[in-house]
Amino acid sequence: MSRVNCIVCLKPVPDPRRWSELALDPITKTLRREGIPSLLNPLDKHALEEALRIKERSGGTVTVISMAPLTANDVLREAIAIGADGAVLLSHKSFAGADTLATSYVLAAAVKKLGEFDLLLCGNQSLDGGTGQVGPEIAEFLGIPHVTYVRRIDVLDRGAVRVERALEYGYMVIEGRMPLVLSVVDEINVPRHISLMRISDAMQAEIPVWTSRDLDIDSGRIGLLGSPTQVADLFLPTIKRRREMITGAPDTVSKLLIQKLRELGVL
Amino acid sequence: MEFGFTSEQEMLRKSAREFAEAEIRPRVRDMDETGKVPMDILDKMAKLGFMGVMIPREYGGLEMGHIARTIVLEEIGRVSAAMANTLQITHLGISPIVTDGTEDQKRRWLPMLARGEKLSTFAVTEPTGGSDVLGIQTTAKREGDEYVINGRKCFISNSHLAGVLGILAKTGEGPKGLTTFVVQSDSPGFRPGREENKFGLRGANTGELILENCRVPKENVLGKEGDGLRIALGTISNVGRPGINAAALGIIRSCLEEAVRYSKQRVLYGKPISELQAVQWNLTDIYMDYEASRLLTYYSAWLRDKGERCDAENAMAKFCATEAAVRCAKKTIDIFGAYGCMMEFAPQRLLRDAELFISGAGTSEIMRLVMIRKVLTLA
Repeated sequence: MSRVNCIVCLKPVPDPRRWSELALDPITKTLRREGIPSLLNPLDKHALEEALRIKERSGGTVTVISMAPLTANDVLREAIAIGADGAVLLSHKSFAGADTLATSYVLAAAVKKLGEFDLLLCGNQSLDGGTGQVGPEIAEFLGIPHVTYVRRIDVLDRGAVRVERALEYGYMVIEGRMPLVLSVVDEINVPRHISLMRISDAMQAEIPVWTSRDLDIDSGRIGLLGSPTQVADLFLPTIKRRREMITGAPDTVSKLLIQKLRELGVL
Repeated sequence: MEFGFTSEQEMLRKSAREFAEAEIRPRVRDMDETGKVPMDILDKMAKLGFMGVMIPREYGGLEMGHIARTIVLEEIGRVSAAMANTLQITHLGISPIVTDGTEDQKRRWLPMLARGEKLSTFAVTEPTGGSDVLGIQTTAKREGDEYVINGRKCFISNSHLAGVLGILAKTGEGPKGLTTFVVQSDSPGFRPGREENKFGLRGANTGELILENCRVPKENVLGKEGDGLRIALGTISNVGRPGINAAALGIIRSCLEEAVRYSKQRVLYGKPISELQAVQWNLTDIYMDYEASRLLTYYSAWLRDKGERCDAENAMAKFCATEAAVRCAKKTIDIFGAYGCMMEFAPQRLLRDAELFISGAGTSEIMRLVMIRKVLTLA
């Protein structure tokens, strides 16, 4: 079996234990994350784990990339300590405020710059945004097929791959030819722990930072200005129930109840 | 002065904590109820490099230093002091081979210890002497190219788990009459004896070692005949006590988190008990004990990483952290009220675990005797 080179997209997400402290900038409507620690998006850990398992079976390399603020360095070093061979950080103020489309555009440009690859893996969705859009959008920008909700990957001979796509009840089996983009769900594997033995090397690894100047991109398609969608507000919804007591004889109550339900459009 | 940790140390803390939460926490109750050592968890720790933290890189270790070791043990201890004890005792057994072993001895034992293929321990205590080291009665007599060792050791952590053990025995009389031997568990005449049923640190193994005409090659002497007391006391001071300090720190941290979490949730008199002043004073006492123990523990680790002699500081940290762990566990039980006395809640286990650390690696009274030597030089 020939070697399979994987790229894994990673995203640092705000620690969910501190989500109550998150707020939107009132003017730019972008998320204010300062002071809130980030952690590696949980589903991306599954994507990284799967890439490492593919490498152990087939040989090849695992490169991790992320479009994020410079603090994402920690998350990339964590990925190297887990087992990735190398990392690239895409970080520039012009990337800030990007929605999924602008993010995928930049990530796809970086993937093109990295050169040929066999599989691009990412977590099916992020803990914070939760759209699940970036994986498929990257695939479209690269002009290659993608599969989402992947719960199993088998690399076959001659550049083919067989995946299982999770459905609500059961799963779908899909075969395809690499290169492919695959978005994985958590049932695919149990991620390994950071190895203490790799921490020292991970902390010393060189992680190049690519800015907008390093990529072949149209500046009008990146960042806040390149985002066709924008977050309007971020709030914790409170659910308030209206309560009305109807009393009387069963006959009267049932008639009144039917009338009310009709008024509310339920019946 | 620099009080922060490096990025590498923060990554170490994160990885140890994540491992402890994912792998150890689900098994803590079972360990406490059955007293059984989870060998599968130790195996996973071995593969990730936990055992080799102090072993030089050339022998397959991580060569990470004392501060790094303290971080790892604190995070494991925060979830399970029993697990932290098993790990720190293995480091204890490994240490004299690193400090006093010949090149041949290092190559023979350190790589397998780094890989966690065998666990380790260091055995001093006997019924006739623990605090009184010179009271031990195990003898080692030279016969040709071997030593024949006879005696019994008691209250030895990892007694039934260790494959490579440091054993202190008498080759003569007086302080210069003690010698440290490396004994492998498959040596003829060596066997573990009774296993103790402890009320705390359950899930960590403690027991007796029996040496009946146990034969070891002369190549297994660490240093030379007569170096035993120096090696034993140095190892216990620089590795044994600090290991306990880190585990005790983990207990105090756990007390703080349990106490804060419970007091914010428990509502009495119409508000959380965290708003009651008496509870607040208990919480701040636990906080002060944690921070003070933390500073002393990491300070003594910093001194050792600089290569400075710090027996008094090691002893001071041991005294303070272990006594604080017992004190804080009792306060946590008090904050929990009657729930604190129930086996299904953590605080009672924290107290039972903490108490075992008071007598390990030298009692609090012995720590005072160690400190006084430095104290009397200060004026």
